[in-house]
Amino acid sequence: MIPAAFEYSRAASLDDALAKLRATNGAGKFIAGGHSLVPLMKLRLSEPKVLIDIARIPGLSGIRKQGDRIEIGAGTVHHEVATSALLRQACPIVSEAAAGIGDPQVRNRGTLGGSLAHADPAADYPAVMLALDADISLKAPNGVRTVKASDFFRGLFTVDLAADEIIVSVQFNPVKSAAYAKLYQRASHFAIVGVAAALGVSDGVIRSARIGLTGASSHATRLAEVEQALTGKPASKQTIEAAARVAGAKLEPVNSDIHASEEYRRAMIPVFTERALTRALERAS
Amino acid sequence: MSQVSMTVNGKVRKATVDPRVLLVYFLRDQLRLTGTHIGCDTSQCGACTVMIDGRSAKSCTIFAVQADGSEITTIEGLATNGQLHPLQQGFWEEHGLQCGFCTPGMIMAAVTLLKDNPSPSEREIREGITGNFCRCTGYQHIVNAIQHAATKR
Amino acid sequence: MAVSPVLPKLVGERVKRREDPRLIQGRATYVDDIALVGMQYIAFKRSDVAHARIRSVDTRAAEAMDGVEAVFTGAQVAEFLAPMPIGTPFPSPEHRAVAVDTVRFSGEPVAVVVARDRFVARDAVDAIVVSYDPLPAVVDVELAMTGKPTVIHPAFPNNLAVPLVPAGTGVSADGKVDDSAIDEAFARADLVISQRMVNQRLAPTAMEPRGVVAHYEPGKGTMTIWSSTQNPHILRTFIAALTGLGENQVRAIAPEVGGGFGAKINIYGEEYVAAAVSKRLGIPVKWTEDRSEAFVATTHGRDILGYVDLAAKRDGTVVGLKLRLIADIGAYNMLLTAAIPTLTTMMANATYNIPAIRATVTEVFTNKTPTDAYRGAGRPEATYFVERAMDMLARELKMDPAELRRKNFIQPSQFPFATQTGAVYDSGDYEKALDRALKNAQWDRLKAERDKARAEGRLVGLGLSMYVEVCGLGPSAALPTGGWEHSQVTIERDGRISATTGASPHGQGNETTFAQMLADQFGVPFEHITILHGDTGVVKQGIGTFGSRSQAVGGTALHMAGSKVKAKMAKFAAALLEAHEDDVVFENGTISVKGSPASGKPFASVAAYAYRPVPLPEGLEPGLSDEAFFEPSNNTYPFGCHISMVEIDRKTGEPTLLKLVAVDDAGNLINPLIVEGQIHGGLAQGIGQAMIEEVVYNEDGQLVTGSFMDYAIPRAIDFPRFELDATVTPTPVNPLGAKGVGEAGTLGATPSVVSATVDALSGFGVKHIDMMLRPEKLWRIIQGGQS
Repeated sequence: MIPAAFEYSRAASLDDALAKLRATNGAGKFIAGGHSLVPLMKLRLSEPKVLIDIARIPGLSGIRKQGDRIEIGAGTVHHEVATSALLRQACPIVSEAAAGIGDPQVRNRGTLGGSLAHADPAADYPAVMLALDADISLKAPNGVRTVKASDFFRGLFTVDLAADEIIVSVQFNPVKSAAYAKLYQRASHFAIVGVAAALGVSDGVIRSARIGLTGASSHATRLAEVEQALTGKPASKQTIEAAARVAGAKLEPVNSDIHASEEYRRAMIPVFTERALTRALERAS
Repeated sequence: MSQVSMTVNGKVRKATVDPRVLLVYFLRDQLRLTGTHIGCDTSQCGACTVMIDGRSAKSCTIFAVQADGSEITTIEGLATNGQLHPLQQGFWEEHGLQCGFCTPGMIMAAVTLLKDNPSPSEREIREGITGNFCRCTGYQHIVNAIQHAATKR
Repeated sequence: MAVSPVLPKLVGERVKRREDPRLIQGRATYVDDIALVGMQYIAFKRSDVAHARIRSVDTRAAEAMDGVEAVFTGAQVAEFLAPMPIGTPFPSPEHRAVAVDTVRFSGEPVAVVVARDRFVARDAVDAIVVSYDPLPAVVDVELAMTGKPTVIHPAFPNNLAVPLVPAGTGVSADGKVDDSAIDEAFARADLVISQRMVNQRLAPTAMEPRGVVAHYEPGKGTMTIWSSTQNPHILRTFIAALTGLGENQVRAIAPEVGGGFGAKINIYGEEYVAAAVSKRLGIPVKWTEDRSEAFVATTHGRDILGYVDLAAKRDGTVVGLKLRLIADIGAYNMLLTAAIPTLTTMMANATYNIPAIRATVTEVFTNKTPTDAYRGAGRPEATYFVERAMDMLARELKMDPAELRRKNFIQPSQFPFATQTGAVYDSGDYEKALDRALKNAQWDRLKAERDKARAEGRLVGLGLSMYVEVCGLGPSAALPTGGWEHSQVTIERDGRISATTGASPHGQGNETTFAQMLADQFGVPFEHITILHGDTGVVKQGIGTFGSRSQAVGGTALHMAGSKVKAKMAKFAAALLEAHEDDVVFENGTISVKGSPASGKPFASVAAYAYRPVPLPEGLEPGLSDEAFFEPSNNTYPFGCHISMVEIDRKTGEPTLLKLVAVDDAGNLINPLIVEGQIHGGLAQGIGQAMIEEVVYNEDGQLVTGSFMDYAIPRAIDFPRFELDATVTPTPVNPLGAKGVGEAGTLGATPSVVSATVDALSGFGVKHIDMMLRPEKLWRIIQGGQS
């Protein structure tokens, strides 16, 4: 309950944040909502020497429409995502996933960027970002780059984020026919298995499909075999059932713990894939 | 050490704190507002729930320095002019507490719940207090207490 | 004179609690809220291995830190603190509050830091370096009984803490065992249900972790100790003994206590260390438990493995029961550890006429956190084993589970009923509780609903459980501390009433219920009564609150003390009223002669007269204060019936509790609102055990469920609205007719939920499922049945 000592400063801008981070020579971490980091610090599983508070950097938080796309600032808290009228109307999967994170208090403080940067193997957002094929904007002292979500999540708590970079926002084309389904771990409320499915449907045919999976392995991944099995097929219950059946079959390795063995987790991937797809399809009509 | 200034239950409080001091320790140890409790160390039980800038938050998962400039309401600041808040009254009327340890956090979570949704269904109430553990009541009287407050407001 | 308002009778009414205003406004004082001038903070360095010899403990870096007052290793603590005592008559290995040469469970303290504040104390703990020579970890209880992989305490071969305690038919008081009757019973049976059942280990997890503030004042030679305990008087006794002080030099205070559930009965090493360190250093010290510490350092509950054999005739008549129990008690004996499983054998008779019973228990050391009382303490285990077996028998015989129970009940005419296992049930009407539950649940309609759901392919099941439990602990023969309770009632000069109780509440609402009782007894306003508790400096004597005893035993002591004072006050009033004391009545704030209320004197003026008795009535001393010790002649035996409906998700195995109907008979109720709260809470813990709670160790003896991230306790969304009702069968054991209700919910709910789950999955050929009802486990049953 008592973290190791650290120094603290508040960043006034993104540039200021990056400068302050650089000055720590790798000993610093950003903190926004702190709901991934502080729990680790309390148990001394993380002992940063410097914390740079980015919570109040102007413009880092908020949900905006940008042409055809939606942009969510990295500092946006889950509650705002869960209750955003824009998202609930245009891209309900994001709100749906956000509404299932932790509990109300956690959602009032925890941020999208924090969740993505931390990349807990059982976190909800990464699966959704994969399903939406989101772009993640990162800023470094020498400029900005954009990474596809599918390239961002690389391993256990490992993402494509350089030591001198900060997540600024995510952008995606909103998909109405998308849904997130999750098997809750009863103690932590993290996902044992979480599946995000986004479908492109027209004229009764599934034109495109992207499926993101979380909880099952070291990091969130796409379920390419399901996507292939759906694409070009009639938008029907039969198609979904057939496609879901192969979900995760090739995934290696799959997590195993007291809450769910590898075998059970493997078996749950098709179940929640089907549930996510079914709801996504309902939203298409 | 860092300087902080925040408004706690309507009073401006300025203090010098070690950055690693969690808001809950700042409230309890430095301001001696001991109504906010600590029931776990994994940010789950909700005993430490306070309002930060109008929304419920777990004060064990935020450093006091992060709350600099914020407006904080704790259980001690909920009653006004000696009048119990409707939720406090509801918990009393409906026997929404036994040992009382989770109660301040539970009430603060319920304040935000009713602010967002003034007439929640029973299911919505149960979901709205997911972040608060109670080991005594089995929650039924807590649900009743929140319903009581919702109908009496 | 003015006519007093008519005061309503309060006993039996839903009076809202007077404890609440301080609790709902954040104005209560729990241990961690206490700050004393000059107080320093204690923190413990704990073992991160389950079983090892301590090679070295290097405290130099910690001692050198700014703000560190002292660091003590286990060997250093042993120089000023004797081994910890236990409260049962069983042999026990030496147990030091801080390990000296060997650690025997992960989380056992190995060193103590005293520092300026909690931050420095925590940092210093990290600076202590301990090196260990690992020993094999003893984790599996049945393997442990064969001495494998090693023996934890050399004086206890095969890790047998208690080799075998027999109870039941053919077991004589001196422990001699005659098998003829039990063998004969089983020979007579048409069928025997045999099942190995696990009543798994649980973490009590009161929302307030433990804490202690100890303040030894060298000038006075006295110790004040505040602790989050259920029994400050027992704490005082043990702290005095271990610090070399007299009980009259120790004041123990249980301030506001944030739940106990049995786990705060035990007197812990941290309490002894705080007291001893305060005395040694001459300063006040505080220790506050973190939740992750609580998971390893606060006693666990249950963890009894049962081999159950239930013998019956084809018509459903039960003819015999064998219960062979193995209790995994962890690494040490704590205060009541060894006694808890004997409550399981004691209650093996359940609510049934069973002509022959043999129940045995063996207690085994393992490298785990010690067990001790947890809500229900031994009785939920007994209920679970017997009720699950009854359910299996009903299924085997294709009988309605309710009708099987009905066929075997102990009948109302049989009370008091001496069981095969040494209990004497005070009173009961089991069929009445069963019938009420069946009616409230609409049992036949529920069965039709279940069948309809099944026809639709849903996995829905019904479960029913009876229970009888032993409450109102003592009597004194049953408890090393004595099994009485104490109260003192004082009418103050102004007519206000102060009453003390040794039953130290921590959520039970005694300040309210006891004030209700005295208000009625003296005919005075509820607001004029104060109930004092939890402070040995104020409450002269006491035992504490556990075993659902505070009303049945503590309430009776209060009633007795009140009666004594009332009798004396009647004499003063009789003198004033020039009447006979037997003709004096107390009502509506006045004391008057029976039949002429207008003649009455205000209660306060009689009180004033008693304190300035001019003239002093012959044979009376001044003042109005008296005390009583109530020694119960027997325990009380509340009972009830719990029915549940569960649905299993066919795809995931996730169980959902759809319905829970409870009928509980706790005798006469003082405050039904508070009783309902107690039952709700018990149900939540009982359902929690069935569905989501389980302490898990890995093969190295590491606690896997060491935080709320992995150990689930129920949340509000886990429950439907409970449907409660009560039958009332008063006990003859005490004048209140009250039996006790704190643990009831943990007894019936657990087997009823498991039985409902088995029912839901019966189509897959399953006969029993061990708790907890992990979705994966249920999913496997569904898969197995489908393949």
